[in-house]
Amino acid sequence: MQGLDELRDRHLAAIEAARSEEELEAARLAALGKKGEVSLRMRELGRMTPEERKLAGPALNALKETLTEALAARKAALAEAALAARLEAERQDMTLPARPARAGTVHPVSQVTEEIVAIFSDLGFAVAEGPQIETDWHNFDALNIPPDHPARQEHDTFFMHRAEGDERPPHVLRTHTSPVQIRAMLDQGAPIRVIAPGRVYRCDYDQTHTPMFHQVEGLAIDRDISMAHLKWVLEEFCRAFFETPSIELRFRASHFPFTEPSAEVDIRCSWRDGQLKLGEGDDWMEILGSGMVHPKVLEAAGIDPAQWQGFAFGIGIDRLAMLKYGIPDLRAFFDADLRWLRHYGFGALDVPTLHAGLSG
Amino acid sequence: MKFTLSWLKDHLETEASLDEIADALTDLGLEVEGIEDPARTLGAFTICRVIEAVKHPNADKLKLCRVEAWPDGPDKPSQEVQVVCGAPNARTGLIGVFAAPGTHVPGTGVDLKPGVIRGVESNGMLCSERELMISDDHDGIIDLPQDAPLGARYIDYAGLNDPVIEIAVTPNRPDALGVRGIARDLAARGLGRLRPAPTQPVPGAFPSPIGVSIDPEAREGCPHFVGRVIRGVRNGPSPQWLQRRLRAIGLRPISALVDVTNYLTFDRARPLHVFDAAKVRGDLRVHLATGVERLTALDEKEYQLPPGALTISDEAGPESIGGIMGGAATGCDENTVDVFLESAWWRPSDIAATGRKLRINSDARYRFERGVDPAFTREGLELATRMILDLCGGEASEVVEAGAPRIERRSYRLDPARCVSLVGMDVPEAEQRRILSDLGFEIRDEDGAIMVSPPSWRPDVLGEADLVEEVARVASLSRLPARPLPRPEPGVPAPRLTPMQKRAARTRRSLAAQGFHECVTYSFISERDARLFGGGGDEMRLQNPISSEMSHMRPSLLPGLLAAAARNQARGFADLALFELGPVFDGPEPGQERLVAAAVLTGAAAPRHWAVPRRPVDAWDARAAAEAALAAAGAPVDRLTTLPTAPAWFHPGRSATLALGPKNPLAVFGELHPRVVEAMGLKGRAMGMSVDLQAIPFPKARGTARPPLQASDLQAVERDFAFVVAADVPAEQLLRAARGADKALIESASVFDVFDGPRAAEALGEGRKSIALTVRLQPRERTLTDEEIEAVSARIVAAVRKATGGELRA
Repeated sequence: MQGLDELRDRHLAAIEAARSEEELEAARLAALGKKGEVSLRMRELGRMTPEERKLAGPALNALKETLTEALAARKAALAEAALAARLEAERQDMTLPARPARAGTVHPVSQVTEEIVAIFSDLGFAVAEGPQIETDWHNFDALNIPPDHPARQEHDTFFMHRAEGDERPPHVLRTHTSPVQIRAMLDQGAPIRVIAPGRVYRCDYDQTHTPMFHQVEGLAIDRDISMAHLKWVLEEFCRAFFETPSIELRFRASHFPFTEPSAEVDIRCSWRDGQLKLGEGDDWMEILGSGMVHPKVLEAAGIDPAQWQGFAFGIGIDRLAMLKYGIPDLRAFFDADLRWLRHYGFGALDVPTLHAGLSG
Repeated sequence: MKFTLSWLKDHLETEASLDEIADALTDLGLEVEGIEDPARTLGAFTICRVIEAVKHPNADKLKLCRVEAWPDGPDKPSQEVQVVCGAPNARTGLIGVFAAPGTHVPGTGVDLKPGVIRGVESNGMLCSERELMISDDHDGIIDLPQDAPLGARYIDYAGLNDPVIEIAVTPNRPDALGVRGIARDLAARGLGRLRPAPTQPVPGAFPSPIGVSIDPEAREGCPHFVGRVIRGVRNGPSPQWLQRRLRAIGLRPISALVDVTNYLTFDRARPLHVFDAAKVRGDLRVHLATGVERLTALDEKEYQLPPGALTISDEAGPESIGGIMGGAATGCDENTVDVFLESAWWRPSDIAATGRKLRINSDARYRFERGVDPAFTREGLELATRMILDLCGGEASEVVEAGAPRIERRSYRLDPARCVSLVGMDVPEAEQRRILSDLGFEIRDEDGAIMVSPPSWRPDVLGEADLVEEVARVASLSRLPARPLPRPEPGVPAPRLTPMQKRAARTRRSLAAQGFHECVTYSFISERDARLFGGGGDEMRLQNPISSEMSHMRPSLLPGLLAAAARNQARGFADLALFELGPVFDGPEPGQERLVAAAVLTGAAAPRHWAVPRRPVDAWDARAAAEAALAAAGAPVDRLTTLPTAPAWFHPGRSATLALGPKNPLAVFGELHPRVVEAMGLKGRAMGMSVDLQAIPFPKARGTARPPLQASDLQAVERDFAFVVAADVPAEQLLRAARGADKALIESASVFDVFDGPRAAEALGEGRKSIALTVRLQPRERTLTDEEIEAVSARIVAAVRKATGGELRA
């Protein structure tokens, strides 16, 4: 066969020269299409002698195969180049920020309340609740604070308006969470273990006081609960809450009408360069009031003080939050300043648990 | 309660240091609130001599003094120092008080530095009493007698080296409102010995010209009244030691007679009163005020005595508010010659009531309303008589007395084991007895039982628990051991939270996860804000609000959140998403409160962003928040209906109620009414929602297992329908009709397009709009044929037509 080498070289060059799918198709048609040079040559085979065909047939077939392979290779190469060009064209600035997702926060008071609940739940305390507008009896009398007791003046009580002709003593905004003790004992009797977190109100507003704040009351009544159990519970609580194993508490005699004996509890701390550290140092800071529930309080709540005894305590939740998380100003708790909420708030998924660690 | 260390040592013989005493006081429950130690503030001021004072070369009113000072103490050599001084009494030979450079001067609050005054060096200061803050005297520098010890510390010479201790006294301890009571506690603690203080009665030289009586109806409130006249007194200033003590505790010395009564108020917790006998007309009578009596008291204010107030009157009328404050008309002054001294016992509840009504806070009221020792009335009179005679001279009459001391003898059984069982502290019985006895309790053994009687000055001790408290307190609670409290059940702790408590916690975290920031706002708001939200009634008013901004219990969480949003807007934050979870108040009785979760949104839905068009928040953002809160709270959100009504504080056309049936609303949401938004001080539009957490029914208890999953492998089919309906047809009606067309086959239906407004009216006809639904059909048994799909579609169209009159859009 004459000129096959020339034919091959020419068509291979045309295939290689194709710059697009269209050009490649044109090259294919020129070689292998119905009227392509190679096809025409193959058509000539029929007119050849068997000897000639024996030689020319395989040669032409080989040529067709070579060109077919070259076409496929060129097609792949063109596709590859096209993809590369597309990818290059689609390049974007990945340093641009993602679409925003809003993230909210949980208030420190809620977070700390959940932490407190997590710890006391583990110690067997349920969570009790009570109304914030409270009767004079639940807030005072039942807690061994009779009407003319000087302690009443010290409570800076908010009173609800009384309509003309309503001779009942005015209701109060509860000045402490202690009335929840009374309600819980009246509801459940003894033995009982509850904590009662919630809002309380005092008619006081200055640098360190707000007319509303939060307390958690604790109450445990059983046959043989003593003040030594109280100390253990408070120590365990403080160690778990502050996540500081070296926490040390000091009990100091005090007086609350609803407990006897009563103790104020101090926590060991140090002040260095304006930084407070708990569980070390030579200073003591008062953190809560506590004591053994007064027999008169048990009686008022329908529990026989000859059979039952136990302890109660009250802690400021806002103050615990301030101490643990280094929040300086109580008043800001209730101001809803977005900057404050973002800075001191907690993520929605930061659910405090004992097994994972309260603060994560 | 304030006192000085030397005053305490009048009653307590002790070697203990100031720090030991302070620690013991705090530990005993008499919490030390502060100690002012003059040695710390005034220890550097020493006595000096002015060698020579000459006129300042460059100033007429200044003097140039050569001062001899002893910087290293009186035993060491002296030094000469040049000081410029402006005091008129600076003169050659003056013995004064010197402060060297580096000394902190309390009266000026500055640290002295060497200086140049009008061109002349000055290396220290000659001090006035005001500069040392020991009096207001600033007329000149301190001018001491010639025999004052040169070089010595001034506070030692002047008797000012007496630390002042301030303690907080709890209401149960009236006895600790006197120095002697404090000393008794410390002695029981083992810090020394209580010095005996027997009272020597002063014999009367003549019958008292003024008599006393108590009206029968006043005897409950004033069971005992004693008094006497002391005639021929000279009422000048009291002696220095007495003035110093009173000043140290913050009292102003007035005159010897008044100072004596003040002194015993603090020394023995025994308030007394002195009348100028010459101004008293006839006898004194204790009675209950009828309501017409008026009296100008010693504070120069006129008071209308409330009916029932214990009053002391003479023939001229009321002269003293019993147990609270004396009257100005019969007060003593420097001309007083004859004095009537009163010692009476007033019932705490009467004093508390009258004091509260008159708003008088006197040292006498403070003590009587807590309980003054009823057994000390007569002794107090004798002590005061003795002091007055010593300080003012004169002659005492016989004592006149009305009534008798009311001393309740009471005793309680003490079980020594109670200390362990109640407190958990093991205090030996002998120690318990010693402590009680040192505190003045009487102990008797009766039939094998220990009976304990509290002393007359301890009205607070009313049972065995109080006795145990005394023992534990004095033995020191710092010795209290910690004993583990066993869990109520062995093993893994049981769940503790109630379903409502869990609901609240989940709702809170869900809203935070939706991008809302939790706020805690006050439960009381202004009347105006409360009225905007359906509250503000008189019954919800506080009797004594802290301000008019916090006067009414809130009927809704929204006003507090809107106010918070307005504050944040003012700080430059426009895009806000705030929520609160807390109580709202429906009525003034306990229990008329509900737990609510509410949220507000203002500004844009997202910050400005290169890829997201800025969209203002709208009512559907509020709806999304409400639905998220409802879902977290366990409400069946897909079964709720949207009722077209909402409270008046919402935009009437852009708000709705989400309800479980027409009678059970669970939440409201929408755009706030423009008038409310404006009134709350907000700019732009505000969206809000409020979910009534207690209205949501709790799902029926079921096991933990879920129903089996019904997932079909057959191809689902989606079909879209565009309906033309009247413009006021709610979309929910279409959806409901479409979903109901074939409950088995239709898996879901939702709105994917709404075409309404003027352009819709133009295209579809006045009062028309178009709503496009997409419906997903999920076959369960076999693939749907085209005929079946057409049949379902026809049913959907028919159902929508029937429910809304809507037609497929051509």
